[in-house]
Amino acid sequence: MYVAVKGGEAAIDNAHALLAEARRGDPAVPDLTVAQIREQMTLAVDRVMAEGSLYDPDLAALALKQARGDAVEAIFLVRAFRTTLPRLAHSLPVETGEMRAKRRISATFKDIPGGQILGPTFDYTHRLLDFALLDGETPPAAASAAAGPEAMPRVVDILGREGLIEADRPAPEGAEAGDLTRAPLEFPAGRDVRLQNLARGDEGFVLGLAYSSQRGFGSTHPFAGEIRVGTVEVEIVPEELGFPIVVGRVELTECQMISQFKGSKTQPPQFTRGYGLTFGHNERKAMAMAIVDRSLRADEFDEERRYPAQDEEFVLGHTDNVEASGFLQHLKLPHYVDFQGELVNIRALRRATQSARKQETAE
Amino acid sequence: MTPELSTPECTAARRRWMRLCALADRAALEAATAEVSGARWLRPPETGLVMVRGRIGGGGAPFNLGEMPVTRCAVALPGGAVGHAYIAGRDAAKARAAALVDALMQDPAHAERLERDLLAPLADALAAADAAADRKTAATRVDFFTMVRGD
Repeated sequence: MYVAVKGGEAAIDNAHALLAEARRGDPAVPDLTVAQIREQMTLAVDRVMAEGSLYDPDLAALALKQARGDAVEAIFLVRAFRTTLPRLAHSLPVETGEMRAKRRISATFKDIPGGQILGPTFDYTHRLLDFALLDGETPPAAASAAAGPEAMPRVVDILGREGLIEADRPAPEGAEAGDLTRAPLEFPAGRDVRLQNLARGDEGFVLGLAYSSQRGFGSTHPFAGEIRVGTVEVEIVPEELGFPIVVGRVELTECQMISQFKGSKTQPPQFTRGYGLTFGHNERKAMAMAIVDRSLRADEFDEERRYPAQDEEFVLGHTDNVEASGFLQHLKLPHYVDFQGELVNIRALRRATQSARKQETAE
Repeated sequence: MTPELSTPECTAARRRWMRLCALADRAALEAATAEVSGARWLRPPETGLVMVRGRIGGGGAPFNLGEMPVTRCAVALPGGAVGHAYIAGRDAAKARAAALVDALMQDPAHAERLERDLLAPLADALAAADAAADRKTAATRVDFFTMVRGD
């Protein structure tokens, strides 16, 4: 517990002015524009949009600038901004099968309809620092090739045709998707709420959980069935119109993890799936999310829940980095009265032990 | 809504132009609607949030993925046509221009000009940009060969 304190206004004002100066850095170096961050720090922007749970590249870039590049602080700023806006509508579910993909790979099938498309990837780079970037860069134009009209069906549907993989289930009649922005997290959580929680969850935490599950603290042995990155069009049905209209496009990353399932009393042996979907280009996050989604489905497949990544309360209760950071950092607030109490307590305990010892020596 | 606009063909046409406006730059929409006079704003531009939904597993029940800002507004023209706009982002001027286009397109006196000067070029530019991006993507298409071991 902390108590209110008074005073310090001048110090706080000065600290904030100093913060602004520190953010600006050396004034001899040109000021960074929000457009530069939006265009050239795109993956940082995408992370802020995903975990800030607000698709607005300009605001995410502004938040990164204001937060001096601190992703979690920027996510906090974006979350705070969204609370100022009313909810107008929800979209029709986006159809990722119809995504205009700029990247699409499968680690389970070599030859897939629509092909394996690398897109703009760090994969196969040598991870050597490129000192040429020190002097600024104008890259040569990327190569072009004839783009066919070939459709890109979902890889899981290839297995689905043979019935070897669990099928997607439609929503039960009349069921509305849970919404963490409207109702607090409750357990047991539905898979809809779990996916919302993971989609806005901290990338590092979700990655760590997925990693723990891969290394043996879990029972998933996943294959990356499909990863796709690209844009979809978002449609809503305004009440006054009564038909769906496109409001804009968003870039998404989707991951289908496939893992083996030996079957249970009620289900035949088959492949099961974990699902990851995030705003922006966030492959690591989408893959980790898919593994954790599958881990959290232990009960559905009669798997014993033994590890942290399978424990819904542990996972979902700790993914949110705005909450986590807030609770951790509140320790910086004045706890003077609390601490005085503890101090009195410790002194009393000490006196008690000392006098007990004296008595022992005297005897 | 006028009765003619509720037929499936008209709805499809309206969805097309509303989509093109949503995906267009503000400048093009403003240039095409600069001359409009007598517009009455039934709903001034208002920015709010749309919750974007995905599907569990990609094809199953909906879940809430995250939100996006959307700006909406509604306008009435002296002729009685009512135009609506819902566009991604926070740009009030773009929403106003998009609502004007929606209203003007319902009036045959303006529809032809707007189709020729605004919508057709917007559709062409969008298709060209998408095709250019698709061609760059296509150049990164690979064929993986499985190596035979033990040779």
